[in-house]
Amino acid sequence: MSAPLLELEKVTIQFGGLTAVCDLDMCVGERELIGLIGPNGAGKTTAFNMITGVYQPTSGSIRFCQKPTAGVKPYILSLRGISRTFQNIRLFAQMTVLDNVRTAMQGNRAQRVRDALLRGRTFREVEARVANEAMELLKIFGLDHFHDSMGKSLPYGDQRRLEIVRALAAKPKLLLLDEPAAGMNPTEKQQLMELIRFVQDKFQIAVLLVEHDMKVVMGICQRIHVLDYGRKIAEGTPAEIRANPKVIAAYLGTEEPDA
Amino acid sequence: MRGKEKLFLLLAVVAAVGVSMASSLFNRYYLGVAVDVGINVILAVSLNLINGHTGQFSLGHAGFMAVGGYLAAKLTLVFGPHLPPAVQPFLFAGALLVGGVSAALAGLAVGVPTLRLRGDYLAIVTLGFGEIIRVIFQTSEPFGAATGLTGIAKLTNFGWAWGLAAVTVYVVACLVNSTYGRGFIAVHDDEIAASAMGINPVRYKVTAFVVGAFFAGIAGGLYAHQKAVISPGGFDFLKSIEIVVMVILGGMGRTVGVILAAVILTILPELLRGVAEYRMIIYSLLIIGLMLTRPQGLFTFGKKRAA
Repeated sequence: MSAPLLELEKVTIQFGGLTAVCDLDMCVGERELIGLIGPNGAGKTTAFNMITGVYQPTSGSIRFCQKPTAGVKPYILSLRGISRTFQNIRLFAQMTVLDNVRTAMQGNRAQRVRDALLRGRTFREVEARVANEAMELLKIFGLDHFHDSMGKSLPYGDQRRLEIVRALAAKPKLLLLDEPAAGMNPTEKQQLMELIRFVQDKFQIAVLLVEHDMKVVMGICQRIHVLDYGRKIAEGTPAEIRANPKVIAAYLGTEEPDA
Repeated sequence: MRGKEKLFLLLAVVAAVGVSMASSLFNRYYLGVAVDVGINVILAVSLNLINGHTGQFSLGHAGFMAVGGYLAAKLTLVFGPHLPPAVQPFLFAGALLVGGVSAALAGLAVGVPTLRLRGDYLAIVTLGFGEIIRVIFQTSEPFGAATGLTGIAKLTNFGWAWGLAAVTVYVVACLVNSTYGRGFIAVHDDEIAASAMGINPVRYKVTAFVVGAFFAGIAGGLYAHQKAVISPGGFDFLKSIEIVVMVILGGMGRTVGVILAAVILTILPELLRGVAEYRMIIYSLLIIGLMLTRPQGLFTFGKKRAA
């Protein structure tokens, strides 16, 4: 087996006296769909923020494409191929749907201040290509007819989808989805599951999914890691996780022994 | 579509120079007001890049303007008398450029250390910075201390003011309307999301400060060579506020609105000259009224969108 795309080794982060994530080991291989679950406050989003460079781990190491990410700024990690969505949707409020997607296409090195000012032929070609690619992406997700609306004016579910489109526009190798099913009804959740599977298949990328909703994670992930109070309590296939007594205890609490 | 921005720039500069050639046909007073309008358009549009598009609340624009104004004026005062009239426009262009570059360096000096600050804190620091610059000129003998510089050649005319206003509009609009430039708006809208999308917020903020300050410096140079006299008092806090009001009234991040606001807010005090002592009261009341009724900016058409 080739080296994994993302490796976390004994990653720990402390905020003051609070250890939010402790000794977390985790691997995501190329084109894998991995779930990260756990009850509220288990440290899932914190783990996400360490992977994307928003927080620096107190100890332990994270490697992406075999390169350590310690001290690397989030925008560099994004250019290297880690893209994400947010738990509380963070679209660019003053931009249209199309511009939200185009903004994420910063990988074009030809695009600099000088090009923007001189507006030469290369600039126009790159801009046309960016616009085309963005429209293509929107079309795949059925959002193309909204391209001229403001991103924030879309219905909630579409905003979530647009965030995924924007993340994909950055051409990631690894896509991190932070609670994409939050606030969705069962039908929307079903559609979301299909969408994630479709994205992973179509773009041939790895997906790390943080989710609260067990059904969503169980339905699509190949392997699942379970966090509770910052520690990993279980790891395995959905079937293994479902049967794991520690996971059941973390989610439902332990049974009081009958007196 | 193609190259229409460059065509706009060319036409605008030609028109400005053309009107300038025919300036003897116009009333001198109106021409003077028109030049003031052009200078204010430069100031407002360049501040709009910092405050409107990038969302950094700067109150130091008069400070950058002072750097450009003083340096440009000093250069023409020193070298002007030794040069033949034919070379004067080139000297003026060079002086404006030096003024602009110095202001841009000042912008860099403010931009870098204040990056960690946002909102009110940034506003306070930039305000303090503007005042520091003013005080430096006020105490500096080579720059005339409290009296300022006098006898500056009146080199600014309609062509310079409006030609450079067109350049400013071109630069800011082209910068923002590109894949690169959407980063400014992204930083304004959501810094965390922007950096997750491969945008370096630090770089964009510093770029906004440097470019904005550059044009403020150019405007300062034009201002100095229009009034013939500059003193530290002309670049005080109120001047910064005046420019901020233009940006807010025009609608943050809306270039067309900001240009219109700059035009209106320059002409309005002139129109009110008739009512002499009540002039500033009426002006203030109008601004308060507009802010209460149109807090989103007077002109919200021409939404900021690319291409």
